[in-house]
Amino acid sequence: MKEMINFLILPLLIPFLTGILLIFFAKNVVIQRWIAAFSAFFNVIIAFLLVQKVRNDGILTLDVSSWQAPFGITLVSDMISALLVLTTTIIALTSVIYSFRSIGIERERYFYYPALNFLIVGVIGAFTTGDIFNLFVFFEVLLMASYVLLVLGGTKIQLRETIKYILVNVISSALFVIAVAYLYSVVGTLNMAHISVRLNELGQSGIITVIAVLFLIVFGLKGGIFPLYFWLPGSYYAPPAPVMALFGALLTKVGVYAIMRTYTLFFIHDTGYTHQLLMILTIITIIVGVIGAIAFSDIKKIIIYNIIVAIGVILFGVSVMTPDSIAGSVFYLIHDMIIKAGLFLLIGIIIAITGTSDLRKISGLIKRYPGLGWTFFLAALVLAGIPPFSGFVGKVLIVKGGFESEHYWGAGIVLTSSLLVLFSIMKIFINGFWGTPQDYKGEDKVPVRKLLIAPVILVTISVLYGAGSEFIFPYISQAAETLANPSIYIDAVLKEW
Amino acid sequence: MKTNDLILQTTTKVVLFIIILFSFHIFFAGHYTPGGGFVGGLLTSGAIILLMLAFDMKTVSLILPVNYIYMAATGLLFAGGTAAGALLFNVPLLTHAFGHVDLPILGDTALHTATIFDLGVFLVVVGVTMTIIQTIGEDE
Repeated sequence: MKEMINFLILPLLIPFLTGILLIFFAKNVVIQRWIAAFSAFFNVIIAFLLVQKVRNDGILTLDVSSWQAPFGITLVSDMISALLVLTTTIIALTSVIYSFRSIGIERERYFYYPALNFLIVGVIGAFTTGDIFNLFVFFEVLLMASYVLLVLGGTKIQLRETIKYILVNVISSALFVIAVAYLYSVVGTLNMAHISVRLNELGQSGIITVIAVLFLIVFGLKGGIFPLYFWLPGSYYAPPAPVMALFGALLTKVGVYAIMRTYTLFFIHDTGYTHQLLMILTIITIIVGVIGAIAFSDIKKIIIYNIIVAIGVILFGVSVMTPDSIAGSVFYLIHDMIIKAGLFLLIGIIIAITGTSDLRKISGLIKRYPGLGWTFFLAALVLAGIPPFSGFVGKVLIVKGGFESEHYWGAGIVLTSSLLVLFSIMKIFINGFWGTPQDYKGEDKVPVRKLLIAPVILVTISVLYGAGSEFIFPYISQAAETLANPSIYIDAVLKEW
Repeated sequence: MKTNDLILQTTTKVVLFIIILFSFHIFFAGHYTPGGGFVGGLLTSGAIILLMLAFDMKTVSLILPVNYIYMAATGLLFAGGTAAGALLFNVPLLTHAFGHVDLPILGDTALHTATIFDLGVFLVVVGVTMTIIQTIGEDE
């Protein structure tokens, strides 16, 4: 068979067509579940094949509509993009499986699965595109879908938080367009590889630093770095568990990915200012996140603040800009997406059983639910990065990069943060699972075993990811190599330039 | 309160067809000149909204028993299908085909797959606009 040139678009096209198809079956929930689960599973396989293809053939590009780069929109699948797409499809699959028993028939009848699929389209599109304006478009796609998912159900807290969320994102989208317009007026192109070439020719200038900071504000708002994370703890608190898992694992990480991409491909000429600024912000982000994670005794809030810590850690690796630290960031990014999704689903089960997210009202769960307890314990160890679990490998590389480039303070704070993260998550385990068992109203109705399937899959993948890091590392270092050497990316996109 | 909107209703009956025909004209004009599925769709939904204002939503849903959500989904299917059709020929996504065909009566006509894509856009715009208007209108 002739080589399929459209292969890299498939992980995007499958959820898109599935989402459309599901609209027609809105009232038939059983068919919706089957289609959604089958397509999500199929997409995992496709994404896995994509990673293998990028590993064997190098960066894949597709000039959409046959307009040659840099004139048309180009989709680019390099290793980091392919790996993130694979992670996204896995999280989509587990969220879909988890939703069957937890999201409720009412939401399922009102376009829950189509919205979920369109969210995945936006996320995968953002990871795959090689065009800065197209990145904006895919941000909008995922935001539109996230508005639906956030407000669906219409409880009071959801409505209140959705208004805030929409307001923040409308403003940040406006800033995004402004930033792209500034950049376009300086370099005269939207193709990301071409922008990088033009910026190289221009060299360092004041306006480019301004644009870099503007992009940091835009993506920082999406990603939740200090001081732009203010909307995050409230908004992520409102929706039900599977939506929380999707948001926590995917949406902030799209912002993180965008910073990673722009700060390794575009803004590499004035690192003394831009990356220094990024580093200071990430360190404060880690500190603020850790304080939040320790201070709250609400299990949702604890996990949400742990997202903020992780964002700080990942971006610290980017700001250090050594090959080791970037590889560490890539490794940690994927680790964090999987384990955060798993944790959100696990606390979703705890909340379903106990009917509260207040840690002071929960105790002794392990007596009646040992499976849940031990899965949670394992997830906690993975999150904190106890060797040999996956959080460890990423953090070691980030810290190593930090020490090598003599950023002792930052690296030290990253190290200390792991201890405090472990403390914050063990607090849930000790208070919630140990102690005297209680009776909770309506706990018999919760199908704990069936709900556990999805988080167990995620935690297992997480453990394998850490245990098999020797096998996985070539993929990670290929991703990091492309990020560290923009010329590889540029050559792949602008072939004959 | 019963209002007397005889003038509005009579005018609407005539103007409606002019607006809809004009929206089709704009839709096809989009092929080479300004226009296209988006504006065409907005004009058509404008016509339907005028009908709703002149009469009421119940009457209109009797005349046009359309589920606008499915309409939008059908539009997406058209647009997405045209885009994905390129995969069958192993050319990059969204690549279009076009050519001149000698049709009876119409004679030499330029046909372009982009028109199908645009029809999808048209349906999505009408579907989404009407869903929004209906949802707001139902609240009373």
